[in-house]
Amino acid sequence: MQKFANPALFLKLANAALPWLVAITAALFVAGLYAGLVTSPPDARQGETVRIMYIHVPAASMALFIYVGLAFFSAIAIIFRHPLADAAAKSAAPIGAVYCFLALATGSLWGKPMWGTWWVWDARLTSMFVLMLLYLGYIAVWNSIDDPHRAAAIARVVAIVGVINVPIVKFSVNWWNTLHQPASILKMGGPSIDSSMLWPLFLMALAYTMLFLTLLLIALRSEIATRKLRQIRLTEIGNR
Amino acid sequence: MMRGAAFALIKRDMLLARKQGGGAGAALGFILAVMVLVPLAIGPEQALLQRIAPGMMWLALLLAVLLTSDRMFQQDFEDGSLDVMSMGHLPFELVTLIKALAHWLTVGLPLALITPPLGLLLNIDVYQMPTLWGTMILGSLALSMLASIGGAVTAGLRRGGLLVSLLILPFYVPVLIFGVAAATASLGPTSSTPALIVLSAITLMSVVVAPWASATALKAYLR
Amino acid sequence: MTLPQRLKAENLACERGGRLVFSNVNFTLNAGEMLELRGANGSGKSSLLRLLAGLNLASAGLISYENGSPDLSLAEQAHYIGHADANKPALTVSENLNFWTTFLGGSQTQLQAFNLEVLADDQALLLSSGQRRRLALSRLHCAHRPVWLLDEPDVGLDSASRLILQNHIARHLDEGGIALVATHAEFGFKAAKTLNMGERQ
Repeated sequence: MQKFANPALFLKLANAALPWLVAITAALFVAGLYAGLVTSPPDARQGETVRIMYIHVPAASMALFIYVGLAFFSAIAIIFRHPLADAAAKSAAPIGAVYCFLALATGSLWGKPMWGTWWVWDARLTSMFVLMLLYLGYIAVWNSIDDPHRAAAIARVVAIVGVINVPIVKFSVNWWNTLHQPASILKMGGPSIDSSMLWPLFLMALAYTMLFLTLLLIALRSEIATRKLRQIRLTEIGNR
Repeated sequence: MMRGAAFALIKRDMLLARKQGGGAGAALGFILAVMVLVPLAIGPEQALLQRIAPGMMWLALLLAVLLTSDRMFQQDFEDGSLDVMSMGHLPFELVTLIKALAHWLTVGLPLALITPPLGLLLNIDVYQMPTLWGTMILGSLALSMLASIGGAVTAGLRRGGLLVSLLILPFYVPVLIFGVAAATASLGPTSSTPALIVLSAITLMSVVVAPWASATALKAYLR
Repeated sequence: MTLPQRLKAENLACERGGRLVFSNVNFTLNAGEMLELRGANGSGKSSLLRLLAGLNLASAGLISYENGSPDLSLAEQAHYIGHADANKPALTVSENLNFWTTFLGGSQTQLQAFNLEVLADDQALLLSSGQRRRLALSRLHCAHRPVWLLDEPDVGLDSASRLILQNHIARHLDEGGIALVATHAEFGFKAAKTLNMGERQ
């Protein structure tokens, strides 16, 4: 009667992989943070504040990447009807939202010493803000529709339409920014970045990615358990 | 036969909007209220009002369209009309496209025509008015199309209003930016043509994507 | 229609919200036959009708519809009258019916089918529940559909209207149509096959 493929194999794999993932993630974070916060040199212009970059940049790019992942999983759910795809998208969304929030918060912290203000309607910050709204909308759809099958079908649409919107928003905000932005503001990063800064950044990006995978597996595992529980309850009600 | 069905549907929705009220009329009241609240909130200084007038008017239009969106499919879902519509010869994507078009004709378009003159309350520069008409007529079509996605996603929800706002506002960002940019550029040294072209592209895209998205979301509710 | 139509369901199962509503539903209906669906609340009568109307997905099983129009789906060749009336209270009786006639591809509105001529210009808002039911049922004659799916169509009908409905169904069957009718009580229709949905196979 279960049309869902048995997720037992997935669970087995996940359980075997998790301890390794946790260990690798922890090691990467220790190495990345040490390299970024201790051994890497301070920036010639920005001084020690540049170290926020090692927290900020990977969070921002992962937040974007995870949203594309949502749409990808949703497309897989539509095309191949893979039973785990919806669960994966649902589980990934809160992680992406937290990364997005982290990017916004650290961006704001970085802005204070750099621009002298906590928030600047810079093109990147603004489009990140809109991305945050897209995440919240996606999560709200799952939360406000009771029937999980219905919620899944509608969340897919929201994710796919949302991912079409991301580049359009990016483009629009860039346009808007060039119209309104005073030229005096320094651009973050810069075209050339020294290899002594690139390495810690690379390590941190890897650490964020592995953290995402670890958290995704844990969230997926509990999502599968929730589904199973629901199924048991429904059969109990049906037998009454 | 399909053309007959399409015309019948658009005629019915426009007739309903007229008989049930709550369409453009209430939304117009909302826009007027915003026009009054803006000077009260930021002060009556004429130069400042003139500078922010196009943006404020676009914001009022956008929110007014948004406010009418959660009812776009809800009644037809609750009274079983959508069931029967999905069984006709008209593809369901065309049904959602036509209903969004009817929404534009009864809410978006009338508001787009009326809002620019109301800008006089905000001391708008009259030379901006033609451009504002143009961008609002064009942009309101995109607003109605995108609102139909929100209406479809929340068709089966009791309290869908807040969710609609959260879902749809990110999609309104580009429309707002280019709508206002074109109006602002109509005074300045730059041309408003590029913004108008991009706004047209966004509108076209919404006409392509919204019917599919709405139809898919509604089907999930019918099942 | 040259060949007589036939509607066949094999091992149909339906899930809603993860719950199995029914399973192992089998029936064959030839032209001119009617199936009466019986069963308690929640036994899946409505779900089965919605499934045939294309408003629901089968989680298992097969529906085959033979000798209909080859380029139309079963849903496009069926009338579905559910619990909701699908009419607008703000519109008049004839406005409602004219819309469905054009939308469903029919040629002429049949107000007289359920004696609604006298109410033609009244808003549907003002109708009694029995009259509203008759308005919904009038849709059956808006356009020709070989398959009728009726979900408790006699709810709220007085005995005279019930008789009219039975006559309409009888004529539909005589013309080679197929009908599925969900009922709580005895619908009182002769020569109908019955399917008891409550029983677990």
